[in-house]
Amino acid sequence: MIVVEVMPKAELLDPAGKAVATALAKRGDGEFTAVRIGKRFELHVDEVTDAVLAKAQHLADELLSNAVIEDVVRVYVADAVAEDALA
Amino acid sequence: MSARIGVVTFPGSLDDRDAQRAIRLAGAEPVALWHGDHDLQGADAVVLPGGFSYGDYLRCGAIAAQAPIMHEIVEAANAGMPVLGICNGFQILVEAHLLPGGLIRNSQGSFVCRDQTLRVENATTAWTHGFSAGDEITVPLKNGEGGFIADAETLARLEGEGLVAFRYVGVNPNGSLNDIAGLTNERGNVVGLMPHPEHATEPGFGPDTPSAMRSGVDGLTFFRSVIERTLAAA
Repeated sequence: MIVVEVMPKAELLDPAGKAVATALAKRGDGEFTAVRIGKRFELHVDEVTDAVLAKAQHLADELLSNAVIEDVVRVYVADAVAEDALA
Repeated sequence: MSARIGVVTFPGSLDDRDAQRAIRLAGAEPVALWHGDHDLQGADAVVLPGGFSYGDYLRCGAIAAQAPIMHEIVEAANAGMPVLGICNGFQILVEAHLLPGGLIRNSQGSFVCRDQTLRVENATTAWTHGFSAGDEITVPLKNGEGGFIADAETLARLEGEGLVAFRYVGVNPNGSLNDIAGLTNERGNVVGLMPHPEHATEPGFGPDTPSAMRSGVDGLTFFRSVIERTLAAA
């Protein structure tokens, strides 16, 4: 499968991440001074080819993220079988 | 013959019926359009209503922007057909690249519902020419992700070219840059805003005004503006 990771732009407020950071501090885990929450898309394909990888990269930029508010951090091939075994 | 204004229903649209009702109150014929069709049914103008299309999955408006009917709407908008996006409709217009920038979660992190004062900044668009620039109007606002952002270059262009259609007055309810509540495109046929003009179109059901409770009908001017323009051009 192909994994696409998207994060809110660093300069933007991330209220969800901020809420988690606040909760951590209240637990006494204040060494985690900030939390940011992003998205991970797992695109399953029968066979990873250069063409399908290029298409995933294109979709990551055009649909899975909005460049105004988000950055595509990484697009990479992962082993779906191993991931399933972990579940 | 009265003007025909389409209202698109997406899975998760909430205010499509309210928009249809506003169009009827303003004197035109509402036409129900379906997201999965490739047919505008000859509508003279189109409203993308508020709601939570596709549960706001992926990003607000992002999946609806891919709907079959959006192909026809983008094509017609680029040819000059008036299009109004309200709340989720504004988010769809932004995701469809008919308007620039993006809309993110409200800065204070919560859903906001209030009667909101707006200043009309551009009274030359298809949907605002019934106003005068500088008019202050009150319409309901209700959203969780209404914070408008754009990069510095885009923001400077929007301000420089007069493409800010509405600005929040008194309270900035969501942290929008430059208090921006709504935008228009260069041609003035596409307008999007977070507040809801369709909820301020009938006495007894609108926002409070100094004269009487729920008597506000400032939203009616949006629809009358386009009806007069559409009819005048027809």
